[in-house]
Amino acid sequence: MKSAGAFPYLLLVPALVLTLVIVAYPLADTVRLSFTDASLRPSYDYVGLENYADIFGGDFTVVMLRTFLWVLLAVVLKVGIGLYAAVLLNAAIPGQKLARILSMLPWIIPVAIGAFIWKWMYNGQFGMISGVGQRLGLLDGPLEFLAHRNSSFVATVLTDVWVGVPMVALFLLAAMQSIPKDLYEAAWTDGASRLYRFRRITLPLLKPSLATITLLCVIWSLNSFDIIWILTEGGPRDATTTMIVDTYKTAISRYRYGEGAARAIAILVCVSVVAGVYFSLAARRAPRESGK
Amino acid sequence: MINKYSKHELVAIYLGLACLLVFLLAPFAEAFFVSLRRLEDVFQVPYSLLSENMGVEAYVTMWTSVPNLLRYILNSFFIALSVTLLALLCIVPAAYAFARFEFRMRDGFLTAFLAINMIGAAVLIIPLYRLMMATGLLNTYFAMIIPGAAFCVPTGILLLRTYFLRIPRDLEEAAYVDGASRVLTMRRIILPLAMPGIVVVAITTFVTAYAQQFLFALTFNAIDDFAPLPVGLFKFFGQQHVAWNELMAASIVGTLPVLLVFFFLQRYLVAGLTSGAVKE
Repeated sequence: MKSAGAFPYLLLVPALVLTLVIVAYPLADTVRLSFTDASLRPSYDYVGLENYADIFGGDFTVVMLRTFLWVLLAVVLKVGIGLYAAVLLNAAIPGQKLARILSMLPWIIPVAIGAFIWKWMYNGQFGMISGVGQRLGLLDGPLEFLAHRNSSFVATVLTDVWVGVPMVALFLLAAMQSIPKDLYEAAWTDGASRLYRFRRITLPLLKPSLATITLLCVIWSLNSFDIIWILTEGGPRDATTTMIVDTYKTAISRYRYGEGAARAIAILVCVSVVAGVYFSLAARRAPRESGK
Repeated sequence: MINKYSKHELVAIYLGLACLLVFLLAPFAEAFFVSLRRLEDVFQVPYSLLSENMGVEAYVTMWTSVPNLLRYILNSFFIALSVTLLALLCIVPAAYAFARFEFRMRDGFLTAFLAINMIGAAVLIIPLYRLMMATGLLNTYFAMIIPGAAFCVPTGILLLRTYFLRIPRDLEEAAYVDGASRVLTMRRIILPLAMPGIVVVAITTFVTAYAQQFLFALTFNAIDDFAPLPVGLFKFFGQQHVAWNELMAASIVGTLPVLLVFFFLQRYLVAGLTSGAVKE
């Protein structure tokens, strides 16, 4: 193809402008604000590392630890259930298409609407989960899931998982279908059982996709805001306050932009560390894969 | 045959699918049956999915008890549509550039877009809030549309780029040889060929934009007339007694547009996503 000159750059202009204005500039501004005592007042001063010292000296360590647990639980469940779902939806059985469409629904509807419905289901008196739990004899009496520290923690995770599973399942399903069929046929001719074929063919070949989707799940869960905000607003007594909720409360509810910005940077550092680990692992793996 | 399942396997698969679908669909069933209850039957003990005298009452009364409901739904639709159009305007040319041209910093730009995918919108909420305030966009539709589009662009570019990569280059080459300009080639040859891919990206963007209009609208817009459905309904929770049957009915009606889009176009969507994701 003849030399493109400036043409490709011209094509990038709209995307770049939007990204610079809405992402790059705010990112730089967050870094800058994190060194200030900015609030609703029009003027503010630079305070050096004070905001960072504050967050790491104070309650924020607890918030980080809690976020870590929250994300860990959410990701394990999302990837676990998602993989299981992908295997089931990959089975060539009657009704497969319908099952695939239906299992996408939690992803299609607005996240907030899903959270509204779950909020009702967690109601101890009238909600489905407490109600069914009592009928099955799993619960002694009404359990107000969102009113207790441990149960609200698990409840917010579960809703996050519910929203995330369809995307994980679809992604893994796509990866499974890209595995050459003749591999399975060869193994089948050799008399390998279905489970054996899954363990020896599907799982190893799925590894890169599993790694990618796990990374995405970590990042989605780290950034998960709508669900927690609607279900609990971070309560009861901070039991579901993850880093992102804490940042929002500090900055938007309490107008402490400087402190909020420092917390936002802490989240970005976490995201970067996760992504960095992933990409260095991927880079180590890449030469081997291209060699075969 | 390799795909022949034994009876045990079939039972196991259907049982597994049933468990999965119960988990994924129970909330929909619950929302639907609550929406069919009368207000006095909403809070019923002991728990049961059904109740006596179910009907569509809530679907009628909600329009008066939530005066702005229709407005919220139209807002949601309008915002999602605007986000999609603005995002496509950025996605299509950029994805084409990444797929077809060698240029300095190409990989750098691609990596940057990949990285943006990992930044949660809520992380940038403070400067964005200040930016919207400074530009006078606070409390306008733009405050929800522009950031909404920006966060859809990276995924769209990555998805559409893989689609462009699969289109053979010969046709463009032939057009160039015949002396067609780049812009003409793009309009007459590339865009029609890429249409299925663009449609897939448009649908995913629309669905995402419809699904995620909570944070920006909650933070950047205080005007009820401009609120999208999730934020409009969120205000329900501040009230003493939430009319849950109406809330569920409104949620269902408000979700119908995006569900319809999905059901009519899911064939392309699933096919496009699965073929697109494989490439990477």
